[in-house]
Amino acid sequence: MTNASAHANDAAQPRPNRDVIISVRDLVVGFGDKTIVKGLNLDVYRGEVLGVVGGSGQGKSVLTRTILGLTPKRSGSVQVFGQNRDMLPPLERRALEQRWGVLFQNGALFSGLTVKQNIQMPMRETRDLSERLMDELALLKLELVGLNPDAADKFPSELSGGMVKRAALARALALDPELVFLDEPTSGLDPISAAEFDALIGTLQQTLGLTVFMVTHDLDSLYSICDRVAALAEGRVIAAGPLETLLASDHPWLKAYFHGVRGGRLTAARVEQKDEQWKPAPTTP
Amino acid sequence: MTVAAMQRPPKVARQSAAQGVRLALSGDWTLIASQRLEEEGRRIVEEARLDRTIAIDLSQVSQLDTAGAWLINRARHDLARRDVAVTLEHVRPEYSTLLDETRYRDFAAPSRPRFNVFFVLLADFGESIVDALREFYRGVGFLGEFVSSMIYVAANPRRFRLTSLVAQIELVGFRSVPIIVLINILVGGIVAQQGIFQLLKFGASSYTVSLIGILVLRELGVLLTSIMIAGRSGSAITAELGSMKMREEVDALLVMGLSPFEVLIAPRVLGLVISLPILTFVADMAALFGGMLVAWWYGGISPAAFASLLKEAIALHTFLVGIIKAPFMALVIGLIASMDGLATQGSAESLGRQVTSSVVKSIFMVIVMDGVFAVFFAAIDY
Ligand SMILES: Nc1ncnc2c1ncn2[C@@H]1O[C@H](COP(=O)(O)OP(=O)(O)OP(=O)(O)O)[C@@H](O)[C@H]1O
Ligand SMILES: [Mg+2]
Repeated sequence: MTNASAHANDAAQPRPNRDVIISVRDLVVGFGDKTIVKGLNLDVYRGEVLGVVGGSGQGKSVLTRTILGLTPKRSGSVQVFGQNRDMLPPLERRALEQRWGVLFQNGALFSGLTVKQNIQMPMRETRDLSERLMDELALLKLELVGLNPDAADKFPSELSGGMVKRAALARALALDPELVFLDEPTSGLDPISAAEFDALIGTLQQTLGLTVFMVTHDLDSLYSICDRVAALAEGRVIAAGPLETLLASDHPWLKAYFHGVRGGRLTAARVEQKDEQWKPAPTTP
Repeated sequence: MTVAAMQRPPKVARQSAAQGVRLALSGDWTLIASQRLEEEGRRIVEEARLDRTIAIDLSQVSQLDTAGAWLINRARHDLARRDVAVTLEHVRPEYSTLLDETRYRDFAAPSRPRFNVFFVLLADFGESIVDALREFYRGVGFLGEFVSSMIYVAANPRRFRLTSLVAQIELVGFRSVPIIVLINILVGGIVAQQGIFQLLKFGASSYTVSLIGILVLRELGVLLTSIMIAGRSGSAITAELGSMKMREEVDALLVMGLSPFEVLIAPRVLGLVISLPILTFVADMAALFGGMLVAWWYGGISPAAFASLLKEAIALHTFLVGIIKAPFMALVIGLIASMDGLATQGSAESLGRQVTSSVVKSIFMVIVMDGVFAVFFAAIDY
């Protein structure tokens, strides 16, 4: 058995003393007379990559926005870094917000700033750095996410869809956060870029000890980098755990998701070559 | 406890050991330390630049992020250029991946050519003139396209979007009534007060009524209404079309084989052309009413006397001169607003610029047009 599957098994029985970084309890969120999230419970552990899956419109983005404090909740509690955001005084809330990075589903780059300025925005506003270091860090981040340095002086409207995703990831990583929220990071990328993106997230997670909360429809990402997967349906988490557990589940939606036309093909292929499964290996110097 | 309080500041300490000199790094080499981090990065170079070999010991580093790793790598690179051989010691595996990822590379920014300020100024001036001419040229083209699409719609009345037009008339016309009534009552009152006050010196205060009548009906009613609508509805049209342009909604229309002129611009411009004369009429009445009230209270001219004096002072054509101008003003406001909206580029900033430019240009054009009409009516003696 390789490293990767050992790692996965490890997550199968979350030790009770594992550090919980996000804890959501009995969360209810709705708009008007429609309730989208109905009593949801979810824990995210420090250092893991959690994949969140669910049908379109099941409330993955709404859940993410609620954890971030952008969408008001009806009831329940959300704790991030062991703190309840609503209870914090403004200054501490800001400090907390600087410890996470967010990649929105459509990038949400500032349209009036160049890519470089976008990445420097959080540094400029919250840290006291020299122009030179900010320039170097911005270009370094760009290279990390696989963008050419010429993209640095482009405006968001001059970028392709995939480039927007990468630039937005670079901005999310600008302050080297402990926790990143990614809303469909690989949608709209070609398979090669998507695999690179996965590898990148894997590397960053290993090197920076990043915790990743990733909403995704990309089965490949689930297989390759997610330690645990949470499936959302009917406003709840219907299953959470390592992918193997979800694959074995006989919830009808999960069955359709993983063993349907597309999922089935990939699952079969993956199970065969499970032992060669990609996992970012720590490179030796 | 805040994040800052949990911080261990980054430090560089020079130690002499049996094997030679070593720099022991300690603390959190992370971006939270801001300037401190940069200073310590520079200190690595300063401490070691006179040595032949140096070992950097990372065993005490409690946290490392990309910024810290980058600064360490930059220091290593700077030292290597001074022929100092650097080795890293006690590197944790996760740090070594990070150090690999952030290995030094040259990000020398391409230097921009610098020009003489005078030439830049001159070039900017020339550019703005060319831009203005180009804008005018585009405006004429735009007008042509609008007219041709109107002709097309007239030939195919079924293509006409009546619902959209009615919605625009409500938005532009109906909802502007309160503010237009309000400012025109005020302005009518002010003109009356000034008229009475100044003309009293010549014992001619009863001429105030003809002053109000002619000034309001010929000029003020239509001007104030047009300026108000340029600010209120012109800006809304530009912002609306601009954000549609930004989100590729206009392109979506085009690829469906629909013309933005028919779908978006015609209802808006026509809505303005229909609403503005009506609003001008409302404005005229409001200003006369305001003038009448002030003349009554301040000048002692009773409403009945005001009415009969007014009847002598004005004729139908006085009123028509104002109303005839209104649709032309509306056309200018609508076309400028639409044109500027569609010229929006990708950024939010560009949208803001277009809205400003639309309002400024249409108010300017409204005043210019009013002047042209004044010359024209004087020439035909109307
Ligand atoms: N601001 C809002 N007002 C009203 N309803 C909303 C709002 N935002 C989201 N919804 C509704 O909440 C539901 C969940 O939306 P959400 O964006 O979370 O879906 P999702 O799971 O992220 O889907 P996808 O995979 O397509 O991104 C949808 O039915 C949507 O219509
Ligand atoms: Mg979504």
